[in-house]
Amino acid sequence: MGLQSHLRLNIEPTYFMSTEDNFSDQESQPERSDRRGFIKEASCFIGAVVGAVPMTAGIRVLIDPISRKNSESEKAEFIRLAELTELQDGEPMKFAIVEDKSDKWSRYTDVPVGAVYLLKQDEKVIAYNTVCPHLGCFVDYRKIEKDFFCPCHDSQFSLDGKLTKGVSPRPMDELTVEIRNGVEVWVKFERFKSNTKEKIVI
Amino acid sequence: MHRVKQLYDWLDNRTGVRDHIREVLFENVPGGSRWRYVWGSTLTFALMIQFITGIFLWMGYAPSGQTAWESVYYIDYHMTGGHFLRGLHHWTAQVMTVLLVLHLMQVVIDGAYKAPREVNFWFGVILLKLTLALSLTGYLLPWDQKGFWATKVATDIMGGTPIIGEQLKLLVLGGADYGHHTLTRFFALHAGILPVSVIALTVGHIYLFRRHGITPKKPLKGSDEFFWPEQVLKDAVACLAVLVTVLILHFSFDGAHLDAPADPSTNYPARPDWYFLFLFQFLKYFPGHWEVLGAIVLPGIVMTLIFLMPIIGKSEKGHNFNLKLLFGILVFAGVLTYVAVNQDRNSLTYLNSKRKAYREAELVKEMAQKGIPPGGALALLQGPKLFSQHCASCHSYDGHNGLRNVDEIKFVNFESTELKSPPSQYRVDDVLKQIALEAGITLKELREWNEKRGKTKIELDDQILVPIKRDFSAPDLKGFASREYLTELLHPKRFTSPKFFGNTAHAKKSKMKGFLEDEFDGIDDDEALRKEMNQIIKALSAEAKLPSQTKMDLNDKADIQTGHELFEEIGCVDCHALGDWNADEYSAPDLTGYGSREWLMGIIDNPAHERFYGSKNDRMPAFGKDEKLTRKQMEQIVDWLRGQ
Ligand code: FES
Repeated sequence: MGLQSHLRLNIEPTYFMSTEDNFSDQESQPERSDRRGFIKEASCFIGAVVGAVPMTAGIRVLIDPISRKNSESEKAEFIRLAELTELQDGEPMKFAIVEDKSDKWSRYTDVPVGAVYLLKQDEKVIAYNTVCPHLGCFVDYRKIEKDFFCPCHDSQFSLDGKLTKGVSPRPMDELTVEIRNGVEVWVKFERFKSNTKEKIVI
Repeated sequence: MHRVKQLYDWLDNRTGVRDHIREVLFENVPGGSRWRYVWGSTLTFALMIQFITGIFLWMGYAPSGQTAWESVYYIDYHMTGGHFLRGLHHWTAQVMTVLLVLHLMQVVIDGAYKAPREVNFWFGVILLKLTLALSLTGYLLPWDQKGFWATKVATDIMGGTPIIGEQLKLLVLGGADYGHHTLTRFFALHAGILPVSVIALTVGHIYLFRRHGITPKKPLKGSDEFFWPEQVLKDAVACLAVLVTVLILHFSFDGAHLDAPADPSTNYPARPDWYFLFLFQFLKYFPGHWEVLGAIVLPGIVMTLIFLMPIIGKSEKGHNFNLKLLFGILVFAGVLTYVAVNQDRNSLTYLNSKRKAYREAELVKEMAQKGIPPGGALALLQGPKLFSQHCASCHSYDGHNGLRNVDEIKFVNFESTELKSPPSQYRVDDVLKQIALEAGITLKELREWNEKRGKTKIELDDQILVPIKRDFSAPDLKGFASREYLTELLHPKRFTSPKFFGNTAHAKKSKMKGFLEDEFDGIDDDEALRKEMNQIIKALSAEAKLPSQTKMDLNDKADIQTGHELFEEIGCVDCHALGDWNADEYSAPDLTGYGSREWLMGIIDNPAHERFYGSKNDRMPAFGKDEKLTRKQMEQIVDWLRGQ
């Protein structure tokens, strides 16, 4: 201990990296400090390298969601939802979207991934995503009021999708509809970014 | 540099960090730095790697019976850098075990356990045990075959502990059976309780080490030095060497192997990881209820002796005893490990099940690429497993038994060779050549194969190891009823090739073969003929409604229609029924719905039904009718064959 406290006195005013000590009498002064400088640098360098390897290995995996190309989200396809005869004029009906879904290693077949309101108005069919454009709640259809109503922050939409009251930044999200073979209603199911003025597909 | 110094001063002013760093760096090393002092630092470094890689692995791991294997598979095969991360964690664990032994050896040889360092030695011994416990628990977490079976053996041994054994086992497994809670408990141990204990003890270990200082190896080599920088450099270089070793291991073994998902219903050659192999071998010498002696009592005595080393080592004689004890244990463990490895190397059962397991693992990982059903990856293997058990004694699947097994290693005796055509003269090389030929490998491969198993010179009355190709007598079923399948099957030259009906009773005077030769001879050069055949194939294949062909079937409606008509025109319909063409007496299988789920279920249920082969059925059992398979099992086979 004596040795150590003596040294501590010796090096007190200096920065610890530049400690000079009184060891080793054979080597000449400049040569010795050269060697010590090299040893210090080498130690720091090797230390940094061996520490960096596991750290980078881990971080590479951590940022996998950012670095990978987005292969998980597939392009939206048209889905057959109903026949024209099932729909009532002027009365929106809800249809579940059932799709195959994958989540990391898992593949699920036929899981409900969302829902759509189909509204028939004189041979024309309009489809809305049931998700509220504001912050993503499920929008209800109110039979008596004949409107869409979001229970989260009370946005109201008329049957043509326009915002009549509330905080939503845009009208209900309309989806593309195709009538095939005269009777089949096909809808392109898409999701949109919430709380933006424009409709942005995600 | 100036900025750094300012920041450092600022920090020191507020925390006094300078004093601490000084204390660490200017530790006195009596006699100067030496390589023999590096082991502790390398262990700390290895531990650090494990903590870092472990935490990142944790972010992708999901402990449960249906997600453990799957999430590990996903980390290893799908996440960027996951393969490397897992390999790093795995191989560092292996290297750490070796470092532990080296550290212990150095401590005992240098007598560093002697007073006043007894407590620190005990800390170390506990750390050793904790690290082994980390290895043991970590081995199970991927929930693959090797981890599962090794753990089963280990926990069964634990269950044999007198008095508390049964309760202990229930506690560790989280119930009577291996399942979700086994994993959650092992994971909590592996990533929670054990690492926290290791940190606590390591802090204590290093604190005590600092308190007592290094035990200098006499005679001293030179004058005293500080820890910084000479010893630090040596430590750093040693850590680098450790890292390089880990990297070499990772790259030469291509990461950490992931076996097929744990399946309690299969037989698997249970072996612990290599550092426990000597214990495993040791147990073989203790039959029945003597097992407690080998598994618990004797290792317990040895552990106690190690624990008592500081006390025994007080005298010079005691110290010598300790040295002998340690080396005795190491030699003993080494010999036992060798014996264990050697026994396995020469055991056919072990070799074959190892190969089987390896191929199964490759298969399931390939199948998992298309996504794993919510029930877990084991479900993927149900079809192939059933196929290999019940169908593959006759049918092949892409040339193998459904589980990628194409051959089996056998001992071939030179005198009573199982060769189909033994050479006339028994010269070693001739026989070997013939054996290699029949096994489908080269002579060189065959020799190397046996050399690897310690057989460098082969004598005439020897037994040698040979992979014998399996024979399949019935048609290959890969892609059954698909367009490619039919294109090959209906080729006049292929119909009675060994891949299809060549080895069946249908081959001899096959009407079908004759028909194909009459109608489609020269199909390879005749464009028009080929087109006709194509249309028939499309029509026939559409009957199967294969999920992989839904789109094609929809697009080729016209061709399918023509194919249907051709089926009648050229006279297939004289023997086979198809859809509307339906008479009472057909001599060949009804092709309505050929290859569909329903059709396949039917033929597996009873191939001798008049709808299929009737009285002409060649050896195929009625799996459903005779209750060899349940309906559920039949469905699993059929769905797998159809690629569903
Ligand atoms: S989420 Fe619908 S109004 Fe806010």
